[in-house]
Amino acid sequence: MAKADLARAAFLFLPLVLLGLLVLPGRMRLRLPLSLVIAAVVALALPMLLPRGALTYLASFSTMAGIYAILCLGLNSQWGLTGHVNFGIAGFFAIGAFTSALVTTNMPQGALALYSQQAFGLGWPIIAGILTAGVVSAVAGFLISIPVLRLRTDFLAIATLGIAEVIRFIFQNERWLANGPQPMRGIPRPFDCVFTDPPCAWLPEGVARFVAPLAPRDYVYLYLVIVAIILAVIFVLLERISRSPWGRLQRAIRDEENSAAMSGKNVPLRRVESFVLGSFIMGVAGAVYAHYVVSIDYSHFNPLFATFIVWVMVMLGGSGNNKGAVLGAFAVWGVWSGAAFMIDVMSPALQAISPDLPSRGAYLRWMLVAVMLGLIVLFRPQGILEERKKVSDFM
Amino acid sequence: MAEILQEAPGRSDDRTTNERIMAALRSRPALGVALFLTLVVFWLLGQQQGASLSDLLSLTVWGVMLGGIIALGAIGLTLVYGVLKFPNFAHGELVTLGAYGALTISALLPAGPAMQPFSFGWELMAGLILSMPIVSLIALVVDRVLFRPLRLRFASLVLFAMASLAAAFFLRSAIYLVWGSDFLFYYPGRANPAIEMPLGIRVQADQLFVFGLAVVLVIITWFLLERTRMGKAMRATANNPDLAQVRGINTERVIAWTWILGASLAAAGGVMYGLASQLRPEMGFWLLLPMFAAAIVGGLGSPIGDIAGASIIGVAQQVSSSFLNPAYGPGVAFILLVIVLVLQPQGLFGQGGD
Repeated sequence: MAKADLARAAFLFLPLVLLGLLVLPGRMRLRLPLSLVIAAVVALALPMLLPRGALTYLASFSTMAGIYAILCLGLNSQWGLTGHVNFGIAGFFAIGAFTSALVTTNMPQGALALYSQQAFGLGWPIIAGILTAGVVSAVAGFLISIPVLRLRTDFLAIATLGIAEVIRFIFQNERWLANGPQPMRGIPRPFDCVFTDPPCAWLPEGVARFVAPLAPRDYVYLYLVIVAIILAVIFVLLERISRSPWGRLQRAIRDEENSAAMSGKNVPLRRVESFVLGSFIMGVAGAVYAHYVVSIDYSHFNPLFATFIVWVMVMLGGSGNNKGAVLGAFAVWGVWSGAAFMIDVMSPALQAISPDLPSRGAYLRWMLVAVMLGLIVLFRPQGILEERKKVSDFM
Repeated sequence: MAEILQEAPGRSDDRTTNERIMAALRSRPALGVALFLTLVVFWLLGQQQGASLSDLLSLTVWGVMLGGIIALGAIGLTLVYGVLKFPNFAHGELVTLGAYGALTISALLPAGPAMQPFSFGWELMAGLILSMPIVSLIALVVDRVLFRPLRLRFASLVLFAMASLAAAFFLRSAIYLVWGSDFLFYYPGRANPAIEMPLGIRVQADQLFVFGLAVVLVIITWFLLERTRMGKAMRATANNPDLAQVRGINTERVIAWTWILGASLAAAGGVMYGLASQLRPEMGFWLLLPMFAAAIVGGLGSPIGDIAGASIIGVAQQVSSSFLNPAYGPGVAFILLVIVLVLQPQGLFGQGGD
């Protein structure tokens, strides 16, 4: 086994353990050793079975799907838990991404400043950037929720759709804020010195020698680990929250708002709280996305990529079920990515129908996702995994 | 009995001053004043940025004309909302389909000379008229495939909204596939000089035509709703679907006619918007927010209110472009929407009480 393969396997190990914990049934005491063993075997086997390009593709696919899974968890804590219809996910995603970008980059200097403008650049560490992104997004969610959450569901849908558009317009048109229509570049990546030559000074000698065979283009393996950890933390927190008294109250408000209010619960405040919680998670997802793609602009946050597809993921996986949200994210992102290959293969056939079609093939993917949502709404509105109504094994 | 009657007005005065002020703020006149003040502030801001009076007047006139287009879409939204009780996010795509449909039809017809002083020939008028039934047909198919099964299952409002979002993205991707993502024009490169009007207002002949047609269509719609049997049935169904059904109204037929009317108006609005600016696949989505804003400002379910709301939104969007980047137009519509939602969610003319 080549040294490079072994290093890649080491990076794949932790995400696979977490996946095992998520998928395998049974008690924790049984699940943990089982998933440790399976993850070790699979992590060692994958680099040998797959060619390197395919393995890297798998890693970058899982990273993107993981980021979408964080977004899905955010939506699930609003829609699944309390029933908020947020059609403005793209807005909170964008706020998170741009906030973290602004907070962690430095002000452009010299000749670069002529091409790249931004309101401020604090150069904070990336973890601070991610947390700030969540907080700013949560504050935005709070401000928005005050006028909007008193209203009926349909008004909330219209208003959030509008908010996301306004936020996108701002990032598109305000040059001084985040370089206007041009992309904002040079967003730092966490620990990216691990793969450079020479590696970071703080890296222990042994580890540095272990990862030495890997090149900077293998960075995605490391980022997969980071995304997996953040996703796991948010997942566990949300699972705990949705089983806590607060989470049970949220579901009560969703199902029977009047009787919750009659039991003396402060319904408006609780609704605001869950909206803010979801906004925080979406902001974190935006930050994680920004540090992954390194260069962001307003077009990444259009309603299709950042709102519509997330709704399809949550609806497919199962509203109110966090496991379903993660499953939906991977499934829909798989269909979305697979459709790209399919359209490539079909391109001669499309050429025969009309010479313009192959260049517009990307829109076939939109259509596919739209059809998927239509079918879910018509035939299985509760999704693949239904919500677990039972919150405790003792009840 | 008499005591209770006497007591009733007294009890309503039991409110504290604070409560009374809040109630006054949330009344319809207050909303009207707030919207009017917003427009005045926009005017003053425009003047501060150095826009002359005639510029501002021109912008206001253009705003009323844009309002005509928005009103056509908003009436469709309101009708669907009233009869089917869900916000139709696919309405913007019906607007776009109308515009592109007329483009294709007019390209198939032999091109005539421009009808002076307008920039378009008879073939575009034919395209406008023919695209209305075509878009209606598409709306009916979408309803049959997507919304009718949900209706039969008494699905929740959220599922309807999701379904309409799916329909919106489906139709938009179809538009992208058929016509591509480039900007298109009905008559590329044809000059359309502005006419000088009193007070230095400059308006294109096409804009006047668009406004005139919008007024005619709105009047026809009002006539259909107020004076015909189907219009009465529509209003009855919007008011109380169960009662309407009990009284022997065929609700499925009413729903079909609602789609036909709404889609036809949307298609006409799309052609007019394409004539006033250009055709692009996102044009309907760009109009969706102003249309929703107009419908809510006017009061959902009230076609008269839609016209008032659309004029306010149109003027606000155009006048705001004197001091703000014009790209923020939908954002301005959104701000007005939020003002209305905070002060009086029933809008200017909506039926009171949930």
